[in-house]
Amino acid sequence: MEFHGWLQLALFSGLLLALTKPMGLWLRMVLDPSRTSWMDRFCLPMERATFRLLGIDAAKGMDWKGWVASVLLFNFSGLLFTFAVLLCQGWLPLNPQGFGGLSWHLALNTAVSFATNTNWQSYGGESTLSYFSQMVGLATHNFTSAATGIAVAAAVVRGLAEKGESVLGNFWTDLVRIHVRLLLPMAFLFALFLVSQGVIMNFHPYLSVTTLSGAIQNLPMGPAASQIAIKMLGTNGGGFFNVNAAHPFENPNVLSNLLQILSIFAIPAGLVWWMGDKFRNRAHGWTVWVVMFSLFLAGVLVSWHFEAQGNPRAIAQGIEAQGNWEGKETRFGIFGSALFATVTTDASCGAVNSMHDSFTPLGGLVPLVNMQLGEVVFGGVGAGLYGMIVFIVLGIFLAGLMVGRTPEYLGRKIQAFDVKMASVAILCQAFGTLVLTGVAASTSWGGAGVANQGPHGLSEILYAFTSAVANNGSAFGGLSANVPWYNTLLALGMLLGRLAVIVPVLALAGNFSRKVVSPPGPGTFPVHGPTFGVLLLFTVVVVGALTYFPALVLGPVLEHFLMTGSNLLF
Amino acid sequence: MKKTDRKLFDKNILGPALWQSVVKLKPNILWRNPVMFTTAVGAVLVTLDLFFLADRHEPLGFAAQIAAWLWFTVLFANFAEAMAEGRGKAQADTLRKSRQSVTAFRMGSRDELEQVPAESLRKDDLVVVVAGQTIPADGEVVEGAATVNESAITGESAPVIREAGGDRSAVTGGTSVLSDRLVIRVTADPGKGFMDRMIALIEGAKRQKTPNEIALSILLSALTLIFLLVVGTFHPLAKWVGIDVPVTILVSLLVCLIPTTIGGLLSAIGIAGIDRLTQRNVLATSGRAVEAAGDVDVLLLDKTGTITMGDRQAVDFHPAPGVDEADLTLAALLCSLPDQTPEGRSIVDLAARRGHAVPDSVLTGSVFHPFSAQTRMSGIDFPSGRNLRKGASAAVASFAGGSLSQAVAADVERISRAGGTPLVVADQSRVLGTVHLKDIVKAGLPERFKLFRAMGIRTVMITGDNPLTAAAIAQEAGVDGFLAEATPEDKLALIRKEQADGHMVAMTGDGTNDAPALAQADVGIAMNTGTQAAKEAGNMVDLDSNPGKLIDVVEVGKQMLLTRGSLTTFSVANDIAKYFAILPAIMVATFPQMRALDIMRLGSPHSAILSAVIFNALIIVALIPLALRGVEFRALTAGQLLRRNLLVYGLGGVVAPFIGIKSIDILLNLLKVV
Repeated sequence: MEFHGWLQLALFSGLLLALTKPMGLWLRMVLDPSRTSWMDRFCLPMERATFRLLGIDAAKGMDWKGWVASVLLFNFSGLLFTFAVLLCQGWLPLNPQGFGGLSWHLALNTAVSFATNTNWQSYGGESTLSYFSQMVGLATHNFTSAATGIAVAAAVVRGLAEKGESVLGNFWTDLVRIHVRLLLPMAFLFALFLVSQGVIMNFHPYLSVTTLSGAIQNLPMGPAASQIAIKMLGTNGGGFFNVNAAHPFENPNVLSNLLQILSIFAIPAGLVWWMGDKFRNRAHGWTVWVVMFSLFLAGVLVSWHFEAQGNPRAIAQGIEAQGNWEGKETRFGIFGSALFATVTTDASCGAVNSMHDSFTPLGGLVPLVNMQLGEVVFGGVGAGLYGMIVFIVLGIFLAGLMVGRTPEYLGRKIQAFDVKMASVAILCQAFGTLVLTGVAASTSWGGAGVANQGPHGLSEILYAFTSAVANNGSAFGGLSANVPWYNTLLALGMLLGRLAVIVPVLALAGNFSRKVVSPPGPGTFPVHGPTFGVLLLFTVVVVGALTYFPALVLGPVLEHFLMTGSNLLF
Repeated sequence: MKKTDRKLFDKNILGPALWQSVVKLKPNILWRNPVMFTTAVGAVLVTLDLFFLADRHEPLGFAAQIAAWLWFTVLFANFAEAMAEGRGKAQADTLRKSRQSVTAFRMGSRDELEQVPAESLRKDDLVVVVAGQTIPADGEVVEGAATVNESAITGESAPVIREAGGDRSAVTGGTSVLSDRLVIRVTADPGKGFMDRMIALIEGAKRQKTPNEIALSILLSALTLIFLLVVGTFHPLAKWVGIDVPVTILVSLLVCLIPTTIGGLLSAIGIAGIDRLTQRNVLATSGRAVEAAGDVDVLLLDKTGTITMGDRQAVDFHPAPGVDEADLTLAALLCSLPDQTPEGRSIVDLAARRGHAVPDSVLTGSVFHPFSAQTRMSGIDFPSGRNLRKGASAAVASFAGGSLSQAVAADVERISRAGGTPLVVADQSRVLGTVHLKDIVKAGLPERFKLFRAMGIRTVMITGDNPLTAAAIAQEAGVDGFLAEATPEDKLALIRKEQADGHMVAMTGDGTNDAPALAQADVGIAMNTGTQAAKEAGNMVDLDSNPGKLIDVVEVGKQMLLTRGSLTTFSVANDIAKYFAILPAIMVATFPQMRALDIMRLGSPHSAILSAVIFNALIIVALIPLALRGVEFRALTAGQLLRRNLLVYGLGGVVAPFIGIKSIDILLNLLKVV
C-alpha cells in the first residue's frame, strides 16, 4: 500500500467532500420546480417548449400509483425500442463494420440491461454493435435510466419530507428538467474534458495499423467520449469497448481515471446533501453521507490491502514479485484499480478499469459485497439514495422501538405498510440474487458457462447474478453469459432488481406523505449524529451479512483459505 | 395504589402453562406465528428424517438430539405465551373477587338494611350511606343532606353538599360521604356488562394484535423468508464446491437463523404489558391503547388528586389584631385534635411543626362537634365552658355573635383570592384569627415532570381554578402549561389542538361531560368512580380512581415497546455467532482450512451445531422473565436510551451467543453426548 495510493485516496476523498454541497445546490435547482434560480433564464423556455410538445401539465402532481404507472410506461417503451433497434441493427445506418442484428436473447438482455441502468454487457461493444446501436439504442438509455433513478429518488424524498396528496411531483416534469438542467450540460462538459485527455470521438471505420513489432492490428473507432461521459455520470457503466474503462481510448490516463471515478459519485453524493436540505435536517444528510463514506473507505482499504499483498503462493513460486498485477493496467496501478473497483460497485455503475475476476479472493469479495449491500454507498444515481432510505426505515424500525415509542422517521410513524414495502424491497433483492445463483449452480447450462470450477467458479456465477439484480452491470469475467439461459435469467434478475425496489419505495413515499407529522422533541428518535450513524451502518452491514454470508463463505472466503492454506488449484 | 406482586413462576400458573405449551402445537394455532410455524415444520422434517432416511450421514444420536431440541424450541415459545396468558387469567380472577368485596347497604321493603355486594345493586334499589362510606353506585338522594367528597370527579377539593330534592340531589358512584347520612335511589345498574367485557380482555380471550405488533410480525416474517432463501440456496451452492449438506443440518441452520427468540416471545410481551397495567389496577380495553400510551407526548393532568393532594392542608396561621399567634395556634390545635378530617389532621401537624403539642388528656370530658353541611364548622366544648370553633368565615362569625373585624376579613379575602381556603377560629365570642388551607403539590412531582420533559413529554395541568391560582400552582408543580377555569369543552378543544399539531395526548376523566374528551384523547383513562359514559368513552379504566396513575400507564406503554425492540435487536444480533458456529462445522470435513473460521474453537462439527441449536432454544426460556417483567424503563432522552439499549441488546446480542454456545459446547463434550 504505497504512498501515492494514500495520496490519491486523500485527493479523491477531498474532492468528493468538496463536490457534495455544490452538486446538492445544483440538484436543488433541478428538483425543486417551485424554487427560482438563475438556470430558469436558460432552461425554462426549453422546458416549456418540451412540455407543450409532449402535452405535459408540468404543475400537476401525481400520487405514487401515477408515478409507478409513468415510470413503467416510459421505461418499457424505451426497452422495446432498443430491443427493436438491436434486432434490426443490420438494416440501420451508421454501421461501417456491417454488423448484423443481435440474437433475440442478447437483444433482450441488452435492452433490459440499459433500460434498468444496469449496463450488463453480454456482448463486446466493438465486435457486436454499430455506432447507431451504441448512440441511439444504448446511450439514450444512459440518460433516461439515470434520469428515471434521480426522479424516483426525488419523488421519494418529497414524499417523506412533505404532507399532501400530490407532493411527489410529476414524473414527466422531473424527467425533462433532469435532462435539460443536469445530465445534458454535465455530460457535454465532461465529454469535452475526456476528449482533451485522449478519449476518441469519431465516426470512422476501424483503423488497421502496423504495430512496432510488424503485426497488423485492427483499432476500433467510434463516438466514445459522448457515451463515456454519461456512462460514468449516470452510473450506467456500459463501456463503448469490451474491456470498458481499461481501454486506453476510454480511459487514457491517471487524471481521466481519477475524474471518471469521481464522476460516478458526483450526483449520488449531491443527492444525499439535497435530501438533508429537503428534510430541513442537513445534519441527517451529512450523517448518511458519513455512513456511506465509511463503507466506501472500508471497501477500498480492504480491496487495496489484499491486492497489494497479492497471491502468497504466486509470490512464493516467483510468478509474481509483489502485489497482484494480473488483469490490471499498469497506467492505473494497484490502488487505481482497487479504487475503481470499489467505487463502481459502491454505486451501481459497473464500469471497470481492471478485471475483477483476477483480483485476489478477498480483494474481489469487496465489489461483490458492495453490490450485495444494495449499492447504497452513494449508490446509483437516485437508486443508491432510495435504497439507503429502505435501510433507514428498517434500521429505525428495529432500533426505534428501543426508545420506547412507535418508531418514527421525520416525525412519521413507521407502520405495518411501510415495513411491508421495505421488506419487499430487501426480500426481492435476496430472492433474485440467491435463487438465480442457486438455479445456475445446479443446472448443466449454468456450469457449462463457467471457466473455473470450485469456489472461484461459484464466485463467477454469484457475481453475475448479484451484478444483474443490483443493476450494477460489472462482470467478474470468466462467465460466458451470451447463451439463452444466462441472457434471459440475467434479464429477469435486472428487471426484478430495478422494479422490486422502485415500486415499493414509491409506495412507501406515497404512504409517508399521508401520515400525521409529530413535531420533534427530546423523545424523538435522533436521525443525525454518531449513534444514528452507527445504527445505520450496522443495519446495512448486518442485513447484508446475514443474507449473503453463507454464499460468500462458499465462494471467495473458501477460495481465500484454500489459497493460503492448501495446494489446491481451481 | 394496590399492586399485586405475583411471583414470576407461580405454581398455580406453571402447571396449566406446561400443558398449554403442548396444546398450542396444534397447526391451526401455530400458524398464527410464522416464525414458530417454520420451526415446527423444520422439527417435523428432522423427525421424519430420523425414521425414514436410509443412508444417514450423521450419527442417529446426533440427529435425534437435534430433533428433540427443535421441538423444545417450539414448546419453549408456546410456554412463554401460556405463562403470560396464565398470569392474565390469574389477574382477572383476583379482579372479579375484589369487585365483589365492595359492599352496599340496601334498604329492604320494611326499611331494614341488608348488606349486599355493590354489583348486585339494580336500578331503583334504595341504599343507605353514612359518613365514611363510599357511595356504591350512581344515584339520586331521596332523603337527607350530607357533605360529599367529589374531588375525584370534579377536581374540586372542597367538599360539596348533596341533599334530597332540587338540583343538588345527584350523587356519583365512588364518591364518599364525609358527614351525615343519605338515602340514595340507584339510577344505573353499576358496571353492567362493561367490567365483564374488560376482564375478558385481560384474560386474553379476544386478544388482537396491536399495530406495532403487526408491523413487527411482518418484519419477522420477512426475515424468516430471507433465511429460507439463504438456507434453501445454500444446498445447491455447497454442492457446487463439493459439500452435500444433510437435511438435519440445513434445518438446524435455518432455525438458528430465523428470529425464534423474539418470534417466541412477541405475544407474551404484549399480554404481559396489559397484565402489568392490570397489576396497577388499570384495565385497558385493548393492547392498542397500551401501545399508544408509550407514544404519548402530552399529558393532561387534573390538578386535584394528581398534582396536588386531594385535600387541602394547613400552611399558616394568621392571628387577629391583638391576638398572640400561639393562642390562635393552640386554639386551632385543640379544636382539631378530635377532628379526623384531613384538614383537621393537617392543622395538628402544622401546630406540631411549630412546637405546639398538648396531651390527649386535655380533651377529657369535652364534647366534639364534627363538621356538618348545616353548621359548616366544627369545634369542641370543654367542661370548663370554653367553646372553640373553626370553620367557614360566615358560620364562625355568626357563632361569635357578630361580624369579623376588618383585619380578619382582609385575611379571609386574601387567602380566598390566592386559591386557598380560610378557616376562621373563634374562642366563644372572640375571633382569634384565620388558618390558611391550601393545595399542596405532591412530593416528588416537580422532579418527575422534569424527567418527563427530558423524555419529550409535556405536562399540562387542568383545573377549575382561576388563572391566577392556577399559575401559582402550575409554577410550584413545574408543569409545562395549564388550562384554568377549564370546562369539558375547553379540554376537548385543547386535545384537538394538540393532536392537530401532531401530538399524542393522554388524559384522565370521569364525568359524563368528560366523555367526548376521553374519546378524543389517544389514551383516555376513566376513573372507576366515574360515570358509565366516561368509562365507555375512554380506553382504560383505573379501578383505584387515582388520576396520578396516568404517569404509570405511560411508563408501562413505553416499557412494552422497549421490550419488543430490545429482544428483536438481540435476536437478530445473535445470528452472527451462530454463523460462526455452524458454517465452519458444515465445511470443515471437506475443507480442513475452514477451521480458520471456527473462531470459538468448538469441540467437533456435531457438537458445534448441537450447541447452536440448544443455545437457540434455551435463550427463549432464559428471556421469559425479561419478556414478562419488561425491560426496565429509564427516564432518559431518546438518544441516551438508544445508545444504552444498542450497547446492551445490540452489542450484548452479538457477544452473548459466542459465550453461550462455547459453554454449551464444552459441556456437551464433557458429557460426551455427541
